[in-house]
Amino acid sequence: MAEPQALVEIRDLKRYFDVSPPPLERLLQRKPRAWVKALDGVSFTIRRGETFALVGESGCGKSTVARCLVGLYRPSAGKILFDGIDLAGLNRRKTAVPLRRRMQMIFQDPYASLNPRWRVRRIVAEPLVTHGLVGSRAERDARVAELLVQVRLSPEDGDKFPHEFSGGQRQRISIARALAARPEFLVCDEPTSALDVSVQAQILNLMKDLQSAFRLTCLFISHNLAVVYQVSDRVGVMYLGRLVEIAAAEQLFARPLHPYTRLLIDTIPRLDPVDGAAAEREPVAGEVPNPIDPPPGCAFHPRCPFADARCRAERPELIEADGALVACHAVAEGRLAPAALTTSSHPGATGRAGPSGKLAL
Amino acid sequence: MAELARAPIAAPRRLPRLRRFLDGDLLWSFRRSPVTVGAAVVAFVIIGSAIAAPWVAPHNPYDLASVNLMDATDPPVWLHGGSWAYVLGTDNQGRDVLSTIIYGTRLSLLVGVLAVVAALILGVALGLVAGWSGGIVETMIMRVADVQLSFPAILIALLIDGVARTMLPHNVQAEIAIYVLIVSVALSNWVHFARTVRGSTLVERNKEYIQAARVIGVRPWRIVTGHLLPNVLGPVLVIATINLATAILTEATLSFLGVGLPPTQPSLGTLIRVGNDYLMSGDWWIALFPGIWLALLILSVNLLGDWLRDALNPKLR
Amino acid sequence: MTPAQEPLLQVEHLRVELPTRRRTLVAIDDVSFSIMPGEVLGIVGESGAGKSVTGAAIIGLLEPPLRIAGGRVVLGGRRIDDLPYEQMRHIRGREIGAIFQDPLTSLNPLYTVGRQLVETIRTHLDLGPEAARERAIALLGEVGIAAAAQRIDHYPHQFSGGMRQRVVIALALAGNPRLIIADEPTTALDVSIQAQIIALLKRLGRDHGTAIMLVTHDMGVIAETAHRVAVMYAGRIVEIGPVRAIVDAPRHPYTVGLMDSIPRIGGVRGRLKQIDGAMPRLGEIPPGCAFNPRCPLVFERCRRERPELLPSASGAAACWRFAEEGARAADG
Repeated sequence: MAEPQALVEIRDLKRYFDVSPPPLERLLQRKPRAWVKALDGVSFTIRRGETFALVGESGCGKSTVARCLVGLYRPSAGKILFDGIDLAGLNRRKTAVPLRRRMQMIFQDPYASLNPRWRVRRIVAEPLVTHGLVGSRAERDARVAELLVQVRLSPEDGDKFPHEFSGGQRQRISIARALAARPEFLVCDEPTSALDVSVQAQILNLMKDLQSAFRLTCLFISHNLAVVYQVSDRVGVMYLGRLVEIAAAEQLFARPLHPYTRLLIDTIPRLDPVDGAAAEREPVAGEVPNPIDPPPGCAFHPRCPFADARCRAERPELIEADGALVACHAVAEGRLAPAALTTSSHPGATGRAGPSGKLAL
Repeated sequence: MAELARAPIAAPRRLPRLRRFLDGDLLWSFRRSPVTVGAAVVAFVIIGSAIAAPWVAPHNPYDLASVNLMDATDPPVWLHGGSWAYVLGTDNQGRDVLSTIIYGTRLSLLVGVLAVVAALILGVALGLVAGWSGGIVETMIMRVADVQLSFPAILIALLIDGVARTMLPHNVQAEIAIYVLIVSVALSNWVHFARTVRGSTLVERNKEYIQAARVIGVRPWRIVTGHLLPNVLGPVLVIATINLATAILTEATLSFLGVGLPPTQPSLGTLIRVGNDYLMSGDWWIALFPGIWLALLILSVNLLGDWLRDALNPKLR
Repeated sequence: MTPAQEPLLQVEHLRVELPTRRRTLVAIDDVSFSIMPGEVLGIVGESGAGKSVTGAAIIGLLEPPLRIAGGRVVLGGRRIDDLPYEQMRHIRGREIGAIFQDPLTSLNPLYTVGRQLVETIRTHLDLGPEAARERAIALLGEVGIAAAAQRIDHYPHQFSGGMRQRVVIALALAGNPRLIIADEPTTALDVSIQAQIIALLKRLGRDHGTAIMLVTHDMGVIAETAHRVAVMYAGRIVEIGPVRAIVDAPRHPYTVGLMDSIPRIGGVRGRLKQIDGAMPRLGEIPPGCAFNPRCPLVFERCRRERPELLPSASGAAACWRFAEEGARAADG
């Protein structure tokens, strides 16, 4: 798909991790080399100004995508285009750093992502100093104060150390640091999963405000589907290093196509079990397989109630269906119709979509 | 945009540096441990007297004019024949034992401190490089460290001393003896620092604040010096304190074996060696008092190091 | 559950203190609740609310210097909070089973799960080695581990995260306890596995009549699992009652805010409702109602006096608004 307004384009991204035994052991015990295919051919685009979310369970590779994007990991294969420029081609610091300034990241753990021995002022100013964005010390301090106010902290907080703040406040500092260099693209890796719900709401709202104020494009990584539903425009669902479905958020939650997406949506503990049967449902058995030795064909087939011989042998590619992209033979062949989930339109106290058509999972 | 009220968590008020220290957990845990307070007093007396030796010591043992061979091997004051002029007696050359001890401690401490500082700089640098770069660099540094660790300090000192002796003219040897000592003690101690720092570096480098710095585009050199170094230094200070005792002891051992400081510039170890020759003839004070002094110094520094380790370890608090 | 039934566990005015060098902080203050046989009671709260400390106090596993400073814990008519360590050790496992968040820390990596299970079973039940092993296999089967007869000789690291948590549940069940305290049993697990574990816990409660005290921060897990729920804030229970009543119509302003700030799937997307501020730290709990600085409905009395749990139609909430309403109703 040619998307002129794409800011980030990822093409067939692969990232393998070497988990082989040491060379001597391989030689003596004739053990083979082993690779974890954390990412095994992932392609998607993020349009300018949108929030694209990646969801999946632990080990599905969603964080690896984020880390490849911001340059913490080098991709094993594939291309990452940022504003049309191939990031892999930027080997020289001189060319890479100005581009890196345009993308920043917010990390998961607010207790680990700030240097405990630095004052907040120095932490927030680090991107400014690194990229030479401010001239004098006074200019720097003014900019830091402005940033702190933008994340609803006070300018005096610059004098304190990270341990003097609560988790939510630290995440605000993290956001201020990410915004310091005025990036266009923000990668948020589980930014609220270490926070309490009431604080999570504060941070999500803050991020939403800042995103519209600075017209940021976001990649939002999360395992929490409800959070993803609230913040994202489009969603990619990952399973064992591959994307199984990409769709607009409202569509994905209203009419999930891939059986794994349905499983995920169906298993979230809900506040208002629609009927007695829902409360008593026996969930799907099985777990995510070992990524060193993934199943052949569709990686989800051992847990999938719709799997047949083809699913066990042939790996499905993303195809267009019902306005979304889905990698599933059953959907492609028409064996599996889109699930008819009704979305309650009112955001009241019991606003969760109740699946009226219960899945035969 | 909704106004977010500030969290009601009152951030701890910030006190001036001194008040914060006096108020802090460190001093509190110090005061709660009588053994530590005792050790600190002993260490203070020994180290303080060594630093202020010219004013504290009753005699100057280096001033040959003031030494009278007639006073040689006088016993301590409380024995028959002792005098208040030489409280702890005199040695075979008529030097006041107390004064030689105070001046000797000075040299012992000098060697110990310089050796630890050298070992610290070398070890921290190599540990940081090993932990940060990984791969073949790390393997090489850590293998060298392993080999180093399998040689006792004395062997290394003997080796360096031997090389220095064959390569340098005789008259220079006495002058450079102290540097040979410092280098050999430092070489045998850097491994502890390197290993600890490498370990902490491996932990810290995977923390998100380091990754954040990489994402921002900070140069690797600045990440190592600005972010990593301050965060791996805590345990290093503890090791340095404990290593100071080891270094002093190593120096004493080397001097006792005769490869350390010469009798003209006696450290505590040299004093014990010299005194050792007179033990059999009944002049026990020449060896015993430097021995006790050394034991007290090592014990008190060690106790302080242990306390520091426990006080800085949040798990034991 | 009939009203005539005696509660299995009664916690009365429990107070847990944390002595520090300057002063003594109160971690748990005046917490009272009871659990009926076969009932699942959810304890929900954000980090620092004291929910885990409550669980640890009941099974006598408070980490020093935390200590019980007042109140009583009564299990099946017998007071257990003042028992000596040895007797308490026997009650743990035999009468109260425990499940913790991280299954890895609850299992000894050096022994097979079978050996750990058999040991636990034989500590608490008078069974021979053969019978204990049979029971261990039966337990593993019951918690949903396929091919239990073979898997019993595997080591913990050979199990996946979800399977390990099942083994921990089997261990908690080994002594056939009447009460299980589960502290964040699903937090470390992925959603699809989490749903499996919730279903398992519910089934066990139903089949064995085991009461469960489910400590978690996740209101969704509580809503799916518990019969009643107690909401904790800053070391106290602010609201307690039947789970449906509290989820559908919370009364305490904190519970209302908490429910509103949970992101949901469906409905209009946009800003979430939020409670400003954060839970106070232990040493900084404000006078009066601990929630008063964050409360949208705060009035003068809240800043001065601490509200007690006042019974309402379906449960109880510690909020002065209801006391005032009650007074007005009495006047009128």
